[in-house]
Amino acid sequence: MEIERDKLLAMYRTMRRIRCFEERVRDLSIANEIPGFVHVSIGEEASATGVGAALRLTDRITSTHRGHGHLIAKGGRLDRMMAEIFGRRGGYCKGKGGSMHIADFALGILGANGIVGAGLPIATGSALAAVIQGRDDVTVSFFGDGAANEGAFHESLNLAAIWKLPVVFACENNGFGEFTPAQTVTSVADIAVRAQAYGIPGQIVDGNDVVAVHQAAAEAVARARRGEGPTLIECKTYRWEGHVVGEHAMIGTGQYRERAEIEQWRARCPIARMEKWLTERGLATADVFEAVAGEVRAEVEAAVEFARASESPDPKEVAEDLFV
Amino acid sequence: MALMTFIQAIQEALIEEMERDPLTFLMGEDVVLAVFGATRGLYERFGPMRVRNTPISEIGFVGAAVGAAMAGARPICEVEFASFFYCAFDQVCNQAAKLRYMSGGQAKIPVTFRAVYGSAGSAAAQHSETVYSQFLNVPGLKLAVPSDPADAKGLLKSAIRDDNPVIVFEHVGLGGLRGEVPEGEHLVALGQAAIKRPGTDITAIAIGAMVSRTLAVAEKLAADGISVEVVDPRTLMPLDEETLLASVAKTSRVIVADEAHLRGSAASEIAAIIAEKGFDLLDAPVKRVASLDVPVPFSPVLEQRAVAREAAIESAIRELLGA
Ligand SMILES: Cc1ncc(C[n+]2csc(CCOP(=O)(O)OP(=O)(O)O)c2C)c(N)n1
Repeated sequence: MEIERDKLLAMYRTMRRIRCFEERVRDLSIANEIPGFVHVSIGEEASATGVGAALRLTDRITSTHRGHGHLIAKGGRLDRMMAEIFGRRGGYCKGKGGSMHIADFALGILGANGIVGAGLPIATGSALAAVIQGRDDVTVSFFGDGAANEGAFHESLNLAAIWKLPVVFACENNGFGEFTPAQTVTSVADIAVRAQAYGIPGQIVDGNDVVAVHQAAAEAVARARRGEGPTLIECKTYRWEGHVVGEHAMIGTGQYRERAEIEQWRARCPIARMEKWLTERGLATADVFEAVAGEVRAEVEAAVEFARASESPDPKEVAEDLFV
Repeated sequence: MALMTFIQAIQEALIEEMERDPLTFLMGEDVVLAVFGATRGLYERFGPMRVRNTPISEIGFVGAAVGAAMAGARPICEVEFASFFYCAFDQVCNQAAKLRYMSGGQAKIPVTFRAVYGSAGSAAAQHSETVYSQFLNVPGLKLAVPSDPADAKGLLKSAIRDDNPVIVFEHVGLGGLRGEVPEGEHLVALGQAAIKRPGTDITAIAIGAMVSRTLAVAEKLAADGISVEVVDPRTLMPLDEETLLASVAKTSRVIVADEAHLRGSAASEIAAIIAEKGFDLLDAPVKRVASLDVPVPFSPVLEQRAVAREAAIESAIRELLGA
């Protein structure tokens, strides 16, 4: 499948936006300007981006605790995301959700989620709603390798399979669930093979290759849209940063991976890789990349300023938004 | 008025609401053949798109109901025995209950869960528990516990129309209970208690199946000249505190009858509210009537001892009145 240049450049920009946004969030968290936990997906931008680029506005996603990238790839506004991460009223959830719970229903973002695996049944149900409504919208559930060991994963694949629901299960296998290497707690080397157990297609893709991810996702989304049922895609990638920003406050000096391993994966940076790919094909040059980087930096700075300028919620708002 | 059973009333509510709104649909384990009868015939009537047998997969289908509601449909999800909610606690308590609040009011989750609860007679602890109290401490859920056919119909219809997650708990023993149900559109608002029998000497607040038991006791005690006012909150969340307190103001004495295990029960919550807000109205301490804090036992002899029924209600009333 040929991908248009505009789309390729848009994907490049999305990855840059995710990277820049999350680096800033990480630094603000270290600087204690942000309350609570922050999980970043730096190094994993290609999976969110490649999948997100296969979706349209009325499609929906469910996301995870490590969800900034998914949200940005589905069109989430950086300023309102940042304000939410700051816990401010101008945030997407008026400060009631925070980094782990950002949602934008108008964009089909049914929310990041603090419960590992919880998004899969919700995405399955969202796909069911599309069927009930007679619409051809597709729902994507992003989740990690850790979630693939939750009952919710298995139950959702089965349910989506028997009802041929328009849902794509996008597993980002970044090698770890918290501080435990995935291969030590997972019965199979490739989570994608679990699709076989449910009679649906399962596909492994290089999760640091945004073009490959996009091609796989576009196929799975098209299949779902045609009413042919769910697909499981496993994006093999790697988490460069800690499980949570400041993880050493949790695990002390404990080690769970080698520096060299991190370096190896840094060398497979999805953004650098796409730059090379675009350059080799004569689709873009260094000045394009620099221009995008500059624009994205300015946008992220504006988001930080927006968040800082946004008021804290009024304590009176504590009782609002519980019921319709 | 039409005379019908509790189950028939539920079925009427389901049919009326499914005819009213094409975005409503039914899902659950064996809803086609209908284990408890309420959904029987609906598959034939509404077809496979809207009446769906699910796999035995509570996390999956309960979560799918939540997701479908978030995405614009109006699912009615049956969870057979209410104890099976434990398998899907996350989807009910962390997702359905919280996502509207956590999203700053963006999510709308019009899902209705129906589940059968309570002591059925030798069904043992995993099929006999009264579990609504477990949800009472989770903000974001509405909880209805109908006690007769009219309320079963009216509450369920309101639950389905409500844009929030509502769980309707139906006592397993009430299915065959007959009663008059108003003809035509019959809705019972969530959050409105009902005086099921007026009285003057003592208020008996009773939940679910405890209502008919308390009514039987009240009838018996009337022969002894004791006048019991039986009040049914009908929904535990929202709770109509006003009606409960007004009755206590009239009688100055109150028992709260709940089939749940005593500790942490809905009766405990109601008793606390009355103690806090109605202390000056009382001539005697609030008394809770609830089941023993042991899993509901299998043997009929043990079950009878553990589960609060008429005898416990009667002795509590007599004790408070010194009669
Ligand atoms: C049900 C549940 N169990 C445990 C946790 C704690 N927890 C948060 S993130 C995480 C690891 C999840 O791993 P994975 O799904 O692979 O996602 P990743 O963090 O690697 O992106 C765990 C165990 C949780 N949030 N929810």
